Amino acid sequence: MSSLLIVGGRVIDPASGFDGHAEVLIRDGRIVATGTGLAAEAPDVPVLDAKGAIVAPGFIDMHVHLREPGIEHAETIESGARAAAAGGFTSICCMANTIPVNDSAMTTSYIVQRAREVAVVNVFPIGAITKGSLGEELAAIGSMKEAGIVAISDDGRPVMNARVMRRAMELARALDLPVIDHCEDLNLSAGGDMHEGVQSVRLGLGGIPSTSEDVMVARDLLLAEQTGARFHVAHLSTRHSVAMVAYAKSRGLDVSCEVTPHHFAITDEELGSYDSNFKMKPPLRCHGDVDAIIEGIVSGVVDAIATDHAPHAGSEKMQEFERCPFGITGLETAIGLSLAELVHNGRITVMRLVELFTTGPDRIVKLGRGTLSPGAPGDVTVFDLDTEWTFDVQQSFSKSRNSPFHGRRFRGGPVATVVGGKIVWKREQ
Amino acid sequence: MTNIKRAGLLGIEDLDRGEIEAILDRARYFQPLPNETYRRLDTLKGKTIVNLFFEASTRTRVSFEIAARRLGADTLTIAAQGSSVSKGESLVDTLNTLAAMRPHAIVMRHAASGAPEFLARHLQIPIVNAGDGTHEHPTQALLDARTILDHRESLTGLRVAIIGDIAHSRVARSNVHLLSKFGAEIVLCGPPSLLPRELEALAPGVRLAWSMTEAIQGADVIMMLRVQLERQHEAPMASSEYFRFYGLRVEHLELANSDVIVMHPGPINRGRELSSDVADSQRSVILNQVENGVAVRMAVLERILS
Repeated sequence: MSSLLIVGGRVIDPASGFDGHAEVLIRDGRIVATGTGLAAEAPDVPVLDAKGAIVAPGFIDMHVHLREPGIEHAETIESGARAAAAGGFTSICCMANTIPVNDSAMTTSYIVQRAREVAVVNVFPIGAITKGSLGEELAAIGSMKEAGIVAISDDGRPVMNARVMRRAMELARALDLPVIDHCEDLNLSAGGDMHEGVQSVRLGLGGIPSTSEDVMVARDLLLAEQTGARFHVAHLSTRHSVAMVAYAKSRGLDVSCEVTPHHFAITDEELGSYDSNFKMKPPLRCHGDVDAIIEGIVSGVVDAIATDHAPHAGSEKMQEFERCPFGITGLETAIGLSLAELVHNGRITVMRLVELFTTGPDRIVKLGRGTLSPGAPGDVTVFDLDTEWTFDVQQSFSKSRNSPFHGRRFRGGPVATVVGGKIVWKREQ
Repeated sequence: MTNIKRAGLLGIEDLDRGEIEAILDRARYFQPLPNETYRRLDTLKGKTIVNLFFEASTRTRVSFEIAARRLGADTLTIAAQGSSVSKGESLVDTLNTLAAMRPHAIVMRHAASGAPEFLARHLQIPIVNAGDGTHEHPTQALLDARTILDHRESLTGLRVAIIGDIAHSRVARSNVHLLSKFGAEIVLCGPPSLLPRELEALAPGVRLAWSMTEAIQGADVIMMLRVQLERQHEAPMASSEYFRFYGLRVEHLELANSDVIVMHPGPINRGRELSSDVADSQRSVILNQVENGVAVRMAVLERILS
């Protein structure tokens, strides 16, 4: 286990509300102290200079696809973890839609074991809700929990049968696992390739109506109320979803939601060139939805920013738009996009931003991370607000290249990523 | 705005009025006089045009072939419509093969919206879109405009009713863009699920109507669309009712202007979208459209390649 002294930075720790210049000392992989004059206490410990940067608890991305086992040509646990580190994340939760689907303790254990061997960041598996994510029969949720899952979700293949979802929520409540739903009514979205609106009509592409998300969010919130389960909306994308989650929260339900950077950074107007790197689910919505999502981030309705990092091999995206798979990579651009769209324009404070990446997701998946409190795991994200850089997808640590943000200029981004006191990634000077 | 000499013709939306007028004027020159066969020209001698048809088409394909040959170009037609599963592979694989053959232009028909844009991004060769999915069919709109102008002075201020499956029609989209650029009033009409309300924002001058009598009232031009059953996942209304509410019959013509013309991109379904007596009536200009197809495509190919 490693030790490290991080000096010279502005420490921001939402768990304690601390915001000020300080040092952070990690010994044997755990946070020992945050304060000043710590160097004298630890003359033997290696030093990371964070001058001019922000020192925050390690960022958590509660929604990524690592494609291992089964789809290793697109991503592996190793490559996905490296991309996470380069994006400033110290912990990631990986969705169950691998081959085979993570619906058993055996697959969960494989992912946990493999991550221990090759991943530079912490990897926490999410188990399937139903066997094979087919939406019919509940998966072995109890045994998966013992093997290490932190939530259940049939992300990408939503549970259409409300009765099955009810049973899953009942069980999840007893096991104290959050239920994460990719809210999409597959009958309403069938044949759709992008947000249904003026743009889809203009481009002659099949539309995915906002209602396909809204009706499922409504269904799930009602089931959550009925069962008492902790329910979380993945990648929320519509104005009505924001409003419904706000309403459920105001009534005291234990519900939460995440948004992705691409859903608050860009809209369906980007699709004019039929570039499949703008194709994902839920689809890029319109300005009104983006405004509502950002409003939800500002007001506190939104709990977390998650990337939905969804790598696809180049050949899969080199097709006619309607044949390309859904999903884009996102780990390495998340902080840059969030700074640009939320912080630099004054919508939220840096403290709130850090919260969305740390205590926010941790309250949902309960990793016991996302804080610099003494005794916590020594995970730290160092990022800055001002260095200008350009995202070059060819330099990405991911095995896939399907990002719509290639060539985008950013101001501020990850500087160094520390996991258990060890520097696992550092920006080149 | 796109310069078609460099980029080819991907759609009407990006063309400016001047470009469209130039093509329509030139097409008039290529129209045969009565009792005259087409002139054979050598404007495009030594040029190779590949017709790449991923979707079944007879009239458009033949029309492009004839147009190219009348201009003296060499043509090669690849009918690549295989199973839908192999389509994507075909397109990517065909890319490099085509590039190696170095044709001077590619005429492309594809079932996927945006497929010509996809090809254009990866090839340095001008692409002529001969219909892509439910997006655009630019040469159809040009030949329709040529046909209207054979019967009317100008497109400006004309009332044009386009009736049928608007949602799935590339012909409708291209026509809306073209007619709107010239200040026509366009009424789009069809059953609700085939008439998304967002169509109103497609271009200036567009209005929607569910009722056919409302759409036809005072029309100068009626364009009937083919009912594309193969493009529909579910029936928009009981098929037994379709003709009753959206089929064009002789009595409808009395609601329109007395010199109304009736158009159809073909092939027509007699008794489904229009009755036989309308198709064969004096008001029908359907065969003029076919004839103008060749003239307009000659003008397009000449403009791109010479």
